[in-house]
Amino acid sequence: MTTRILTHRMEEHRTDSHTMARYAASGGYAGLRKALTMKPEEITAEVKASDIAGRGGAGFPTGVKWGFLAPAHPRYLVVNADESEPGTFKDRMLMERDPHQMLEGTIIAAYALGVNHAFVFVRGEYPRAARRVQVAVEEAHHAGFLGEDILGSGFSLEVTVHLGAGAYICGEETALLNALEGKRGEPRIKPPFPAVAGLYGQPTIVNNVETLSNLPWIITNGGAAYAAIGPEGSKGTRLFSVSGHVERPGNYEIVMGMTWRNLIYEVAGGVRHGHDLKCWIPGGASAPWLVPSHLDEEITVQACLRLGTMLGSGAVVVMDETTNVVAAALSIVRFFAHESCGQCTPCREGTTWMERILARILAGQGRPSDLDLLLDVSDNISPGLRWPPAMTTICPLGPSAVSPITSIMNNFRDEVVAMIPGEVSAGV
Amino acid sequence: MTWPPATLERARAIIARYPQPRSAVMPLLYVAMREDGGITDAGMRQVAELTGITPVQVEAVASFYNMYLRHAGQHVVTVCRSISCHLLGAEAVRDAIVDESGIPEGETAPDGSMTLMATECIGACGGAPALQVDYEMVEAVTPDAARRLIRWLRDERPAAVRSDDMQERFGGGRSFDWGPDDPTTVTGPVPAFALFGTAGGEAP
Repeated sequence: MTTRILTHRMEEHRTDSHTMARYAASGGYAGLRKALTMKPEEITAEVKASDIAGRGGAGFPTGVKWGFLAPAHPRYLVVNADESEPGTFKDRMLMERDPHQMLEGTIIAAYALGVNHAFVFVRGEYPRAARRVQVAVEEAHHAGFLGEDILGSGFSLEVTVHLGAGAYICGEETALLNALEGKRGEPRIKPPFPAVAGLYGQPTIVNNVETLSNLPWIITNGGAAYAAIGPEGSKGTRLFSVSGHVERPGNYEIVMGMTWRNLIYEVAGGVRHGHDLKCWIPGGASAPWLVPSHLDEEITVQACLRLGTMLGSGAVVVMDETTNVVAAALSIVRFFAHESCGQCTPCREGTTWMERILARILAGQGRPSDLDLLLDVSDNISPGLRWPPAMTTICPLGPSAVSPITSIMNNFRDEVVAMIPGEVSAGV
Repeated sequence: MTWPPATLERARAIIARYPQPRSAVMPLLYVAMREDGGITDAGMRQVAELTGITPVQVEAVASFYNMYLRHAGQHVVTVCRSISCHLLGAEAVRDAIVDESGIPEGETAPDGSMTLMATECIGACGGAPALQVDYEMVEAVTPDAARRLIRWLRDERPAAVRSDDMQERFGGGRSFDWGPDDPTTVTGPVPAFALFGTAGGEAP
């Protein structure tokens, strides 16, 4: 059985799923028409009833987040389209192939939240997506779904498409808001949360592209219908971006609750060339890795938490038996070292140290003391090395850089040890 | 020194899209790059004047983000090195590009044809290893195809590039079905977006 909420239009209408003509002809903007007959608080109630959790990475319940919005005006809605978590390419597809779906969700959310100006913050490396969204905005204006007095409802909304300029950290919502204010993309200390003091210090809701793309369906079919899909705590379908050593990489819309074995071996076609599976990242580069003994675990938020990891952004990166795990960890740690904004010392200094230590181990120049040093530096960023992480930093970027370290040290310590000259493996 | 009237008009239209002028700093830095072929002190002063902040505040923004370049060739080639591309041979693609072009990573060719840079994840993980030319995606690039791409940029000096065209000529499997072609062309080291004046509508 397949349930398609987000991807049916692009699958059925390959050549024009991104156009207003196709969107309108396939039931598009019915959710908005219905929403405009409802009271804003009734829409929020449906979103709460749907039990949808944010699809950007943190997984916070969307309806609960909306409930925190402070009463002051003006207030803003920001679509987080700064998809940058390594392994993730789902929002890019949603914007390039079905931008009206996201835009309709955005208009519905703005109406529910009493917002008259929304922003779509698209990462700078996605100009094709930004162009498609901008054209969709113009088409929606022309059709009367944006602008003054939308469909005679008295509700007005403008949408500004904003391009980022190459900074992973802007996916963090307060860094994104600083960028949108024309500042360096440095995360802010929370509280206050954006719902209270966000863009220009005003109440602001930041929602992910995929989250908002679900709203037309939720409003059309009702929150209860959405909550009927998937296991408790992991409601609805989710887009998983599967990449790495699989036969069929791609974005797959699945109902949560299936096993990892099913996703990797059935949906994504199995490990390439018939190789053995070594490990996989379940939710983007920030997430601790899973290993083959976890294959029959269910893909749910709760199961991931129990295993000490997360579904994060839905990016599944598969590594086969040929993978050098130190080189893989170095790639991820180097990413975080490069993307650290530099505000917090443990992250700025720690990620750089971890990168250098892994690089010298990989080059065959590691020292016996490097294993303890790696863990010590990691512990200074994320005390206790547990998941969800404890933090010594303003935002979760620092602790995310620790995930590949704990993953290789917990699962492949012998391999790391074997790369250090003079170090004799002590076994398990 | 100020921008020509048409550029100033474009800048004011961009500022008008935001509740506060300072929010236009990021798009205006793209306009500045387009105007001068890179970020310059004069360009940053112009952006500061238009948005009502100091040039130092503009420079603080320009220096934070990867895509604002002081020096850039006609085209920017960015090669992804993050985890999915790493697992599928990004290093070999990078080495082929550096070898074919003779340009070290992070440098611009002496003839000004291109700038080479490593980049972190560009969201093309299902089509790894991937790269971008002027931020337009090319997915599943082999080392040989990367060499052909470099020779094309160096020897034919295309005035404009287009994503679907490059993917067809130099790419392989895609992260997902891209759907119909996007006719937009890009003519410089700035993302192609109509409001920046950097997007052309005709295929080269």
